[in-house]
Amino acid sequence: MKNKTKQTAKVDRDHGLRLLRKMLLIRRFEAKSAELYSAMKIRGFLHLYDGEEAVAVGVMEALTPEDAVVATYREHGQALARGVNANAIMAEMYGKKEGCCRGRGGSMHLFDAAARFYGGNAIVGGGLPLALGFALADAMQGKKRVTCCFFGDGATAEGVFYESLNLAALWRLPVLFILENNLYAMGTAICYAHAVADIAPKAASHGVQTEIVDGMDVLAVEKGARRGAEFVREGNGPYFIECRTYRFRAHSMFDAELYRTRAEVDKWRKRDPIASFFDLCREQAVLSDADLEELERDVAAEVDGAVAFAEAGTWEPVEELTRYVYSERRPR
Amino acid sequence: MNAGTQMVKLTYREAAREGLRDALARDPRVFLMGEDVGHYGGCFAVSKGLLQEFGPERVRDTPLSELAFTGMGIGAAMGGMRPIVEIMTVNFSLLALDQILNNAATLLHMSGGQFNVPLVIRMATGAGKQLAAQHAHSLEGWYAHIPGIRVVAPATLADVRGMLWTALEDPDPVLIFENNTLYTMEGELVVDAGPVDIDHARVLREGGDVSIITYSASLHKSLAAAETLAVEGISAEVIDLRTLRPLDDATIMGSVARTHRALIVDEGWRSGSISAEISARITEQVFYELDAPVERLCSAEVPIPYARHMEQAAIPQAESIVATVKRMVQSHG
Repeated sequence: MKNKTKQTAKVDRDHGLRLLRKMLLIRRFEAKSAELYSAMKIRGFLHLYDGEEAVAVGVMEALTPEDAVVATYREHGQALARGVNANAIMAEMYGKKEGCCRGRGGSMHLFDAAARFYGGNAIVGGGLPLALGFALADAMQGKKRVTCCFFGDGATAEGVFYESLNLAALWRLPVLFILENNLYAMGTAICYAHAVADIAPKAASHGVQTEIVDGMDVLAVEKGARRGAEFVREGNGPYFIECRTYRFRAHSMFDAELYRTRAEVDKWRKRDPIASFFDLCREQAVLSDADLEELERDVAAEVDGAVAFAEAGTWEPVEELTRYVYSERRPR
Repeated sequence: MNAGTQMVKLTYREAAREGLRDALARDPRVFLMGEDVGHYGGCFAVSKGLLQEFGPERVRDTPLSELAFTGMGIGAAMGGMRPIVEIMTVNFSLLALDQILNNAATLLHMSGGQFNVPLVIRMATGAGKQLAAQHAHSLEGWYAHIPGIRVVAPATLADVRGMLWTALEDPDPVLIFENNTLYTMEGELVVDAGPVDIDHARVLREGGDVSIITYSASLHKSLAAAETLAVEGISAEVIDLRTLRPLDDATIMGSVARTHRALIVDEGWRSGSISAEISARITEQVFYELDAPVERLCSAEVPIPYARHMEQAAIPQAESIVATVKRMVQSHG
């Protein structure tokens, strides 16, 4: 097991702008989503990625458009980082027909065929076997593609996690496992859920190549993901990356956060992945305050555009309620 | 005689195997995976020889990980393959129920029509082999509760061979339930028997006094009962449902409208069963055609017991079908 942490590589300006913009877009898009939740424009469950942006943004740098992504229920960030259209995501959360799933899925079930983005899985750990299946299909069809599967520390307590790791290693499937370890399964701290709270060795014990990265450092995540994606793409079997991260906000909009202290949250906030990455870029004189201001304006316009798009969206006619239960075309 | 009409004698097990062999030979996207399907030859010997014939890429032994390999089948189906997942018995399928319900049945809808799941899951079902309470239940009716999947229960050689073909061509998940007491059933089948439809029930015996509506192993008990009843002057029509979801209302109602009496024989538990659903539909759709209340013969509401006499007492039998029909006809003549 490798344990790669801080890197000191120089940041290229375009690269820095791209990473920062993506992380900012997720942060601002979700801040707006929370507002819209309070305004009752968005309903159901809404799980924010605030604090974890570096994970999705770093990982997606390592993937090609042909690769597949299987996501969690806290997946707005994963979807935006993958390039799923912000308008379509916002419209989906409004429940509008113009949403990426015509309003059938909502916040927890974002899907996009064009981006090969497969959920939006709200059964914790439920995406793991799906990812294995995509990888198996690729392997059997001779396609050199990677299936990237995101899941949280909560999923590592599910039996399916162990079943999936074993099968992926046994059949050398091209899966890039991305553990987003934010230390809490909803409100249960990892120490209350695992006899051995160190997760990466559990993957390693199944014969899966494993590494741990600082999930608050987008460059560290990217570097690990590039290593992992290449390993997988070259036919070496699965690769497992534990990204150590933290969720700044509540689990969902219904969470009173009784299970952790303000001091703990504040401590992690000091390691904000966006602020720290911008500071790094500024130290290296790659980006300036003016760049950040411009990015903020640009991102604000995109978020406003998404809200306007969702507001202008239409409701799918109730007559279509039973569509998409079975396929509309059958051979016989 | 050409191949199209040449008949061959074989068992239900062999017909199921022919169906698998057809599928693997016909379409390179098809593969079979499950516990002991390869080296062991299948728990019920259905896939015997297929590993040797098609190799380990196409006939894959899995670990005892029902949830993972069923979910993997879903992903592989979405990824362009045509997997056949075999689950050893219906009771074990409960370990995979999360993937079947929360993903296979749901993804098309949840994704707004973007992703269909062309997956086939086969499993053994039913009592009669003294396998007791964790191997022998009939939960196909449960599965028939779930929108988004198709549930079929082949009772004949032609169906166990041909339904697989059609199921693999279907864009949506199809669950195939093979009653394990049927594997040794012998019969004749056309050598190159092909696909059969999976949308319609079939009237296997015409009659005028009562419609016996059934499926799977109970079909054969119902046909035997109809023979006995014929000797006593009672003409029973026997319907093989074949597909439990979606139900073929037209065939059921057409029959009941002719016979004016309906008995549903179902090896599932009575409460909340597929027989309850059929009974409700008959009442809703052809109530005024009925000369007698709809009746049901189901399994006793106990976990399936081991002892043979108790096990047999727990499930519908030809004798109980005969007795029920006689009572229906005589008391509401």
